[in-house]
Amino acid sequence: MCGIVGLFLKNKELEPKLGSMLTTMLATMCERGPDSAGFAVYGAPEAGKAKITLQSPNPDTDFAGLADAVSKVICAPAKLVVKSTHAVLTVPSSKADEARAAVRANHPAIRVMSQGEEIEIYKEVGYPTEVSKRFDLEHMAGTHAIAHTRMATESAVTTMGAHPFSTGPDQCLVHNGSLSNHNSLRRELKRDGMTFETENDTEVAAAYLSWRMKQGMNLGEALEKSLDDLDGFFTFVVGTKDGFGVIRDPIACKPAVMAETDDYVAFGSEYRALANLPNIDKARVWEPEPSTVYFWERKH
Amino acid sequence: MRTIDLATTPLRELNEALHRQKDGANEDNWEVLNPRGSHAVAVGVDAPINLDVKGSVGYYCGGMNKKATITVHGSAGPGVAENMMSGKVTIKGDASQYAGATGRGGLLVIEGNASSRCGISMKGIDIVVKGNIGHMSAFMAQSGHLVVLGDAGDALGDSIYEAKLFVRGKVKSLGADCIEKEMRPEHHEELAKLLESAGFKDVKTNEFKRYGSARKLYNFNIDNADAY
Repeated sequence: MCGIVGLFLKNKELEPKLGSMLTTMLATMCERGPDSAGFAVYGAPEAGKAKITLQSPNPDTDFAGLADAVSKVICAPAKLVVKSTHAVLTVPSSKADEARAAVRANHPAIRVMSQGEEIEIYKEVGYPTEVSKRFDLEHMAGTHAIAHTRMATESAVTTMGAHPFSTGPDQCLVHNGSLSNHNSLRRELKRDGMTFETENDTEVAAAYLSWRMKQGMNLGEALEKSLDDLDGFFTFVVGTKDGFGVIRDPIACKPAVMAETDDYVAFGSEYRALANLPNIDKARVWEPEPSTVYFWERKH
Repeated sequence: MRTIDLATTPLRELNEALHRQKDGANEDNWEVLNPRGSHAVAVGVDAPINLDVKGSVGYYCGGMNKKATITVHGSAGPGVAENMMSGKVTIKGDASQYAGATGRGGLLVIEGNASSRCGISMKGIDIVVKGNIGHMSAFMAQSGHLVVLGDAGDALGDSIYEAKLFVRGKVKSLGADCIEKEMRPEHHEELAKLLESAGFKDVKTNEFKRYGSARKLYNFNIDNADAY
């Protein structure tokens, strides 16, 4: 099954409330995905800095002294903020790839969840409301966010199998459905240099979009192309640094409902997820069409 | 009038109270507040009561309905009036996928749009949609009527049996074994009755086209024996 919620704010005044709005939305989708949950929040960028979100099963030992160790390798300052099993490592943008490589090489137990100027990803096995509480989603601010509750079908219930998946800087994807050609597509993408952390079908969809964007497509074009190359059932919600997109496969049996006002664009697997949003009674509410790309971008 | 507020009353209590209503019940007017997308609102009602739901509902609202007149003053999630037996269900807003699926009788009126698979496997229900319907609607539809004042999506009436489809707007494509058929006087009469009972006035029946089964798929054809 799985549940998806997403929120893209158009009104800056709502930005401090992004986390609390998303927490309420996520809580309505627990039954659709009780085995694990995760969320990506875009916000709080620091000029010239990159954020790398890390995860460890042993945060007390693995995160102790990590900032200093990375700082020594990259010869630049590194700051680490720990949140339960996750931690956000902030380094100068120019050193982000080096810092990520240093973590991988010297701290094999630590997993990289995301990397970018704005994105932070938190995901864990557990009941969705427990997961959002654990990472204090309620008090996070930002411009847009996507959350997912998982009922696993294609691969194991693990932290890394939870959504969102991130396969490129400031990119993420969540999925309701299942893909049938993920193994062959994974092989093709690997040949072209993409790397994978899991056997999960959704990670292949995320990597596919990252791969298309690497070739120069924008998110909208990459989503359009995915309709030709991905086989299976999917409703995807994707995030980029300043974009938010939705696409459903041609059969469109995985549910989706959207709402838009002057203040926000919201996505829910069901209307329940949208029922508590401000002025929902006056919002334009609709079901996204099959094989149709919906894409919003923040103007600077 | 009995009012039940789903913000304070569990859904199960609402449905239990509705199930206690029988023919000739005294409480024949009901109102449900704050459905907020709840699933299974007013499923399995079996009494001639009026029920107004003030807001949008989730999956399966009015499923298996018998005799009751249910109006949703909002939109409905997947499977509204699924397997309805009789009575009337009206959706003031839009309906999600498989509205009226497998319905055996009664009337389902959707005043907005219905999405994919509207009337899938319908078996006697009448469905009238003021707006458009999505792809694969009336798939394997066996009997009953589907009336669409707007457009129909891809593969309308795929593998259809004996249901009758009337569409006023464009049909994106017809499914296997579904063909356009002649509108004879009796079809105009049937359609006029359906439009009237759905409350849509000033709609001309001659603006509609009729679609139905070519009857080539579900009858065994001896020329195809080699294929088995």
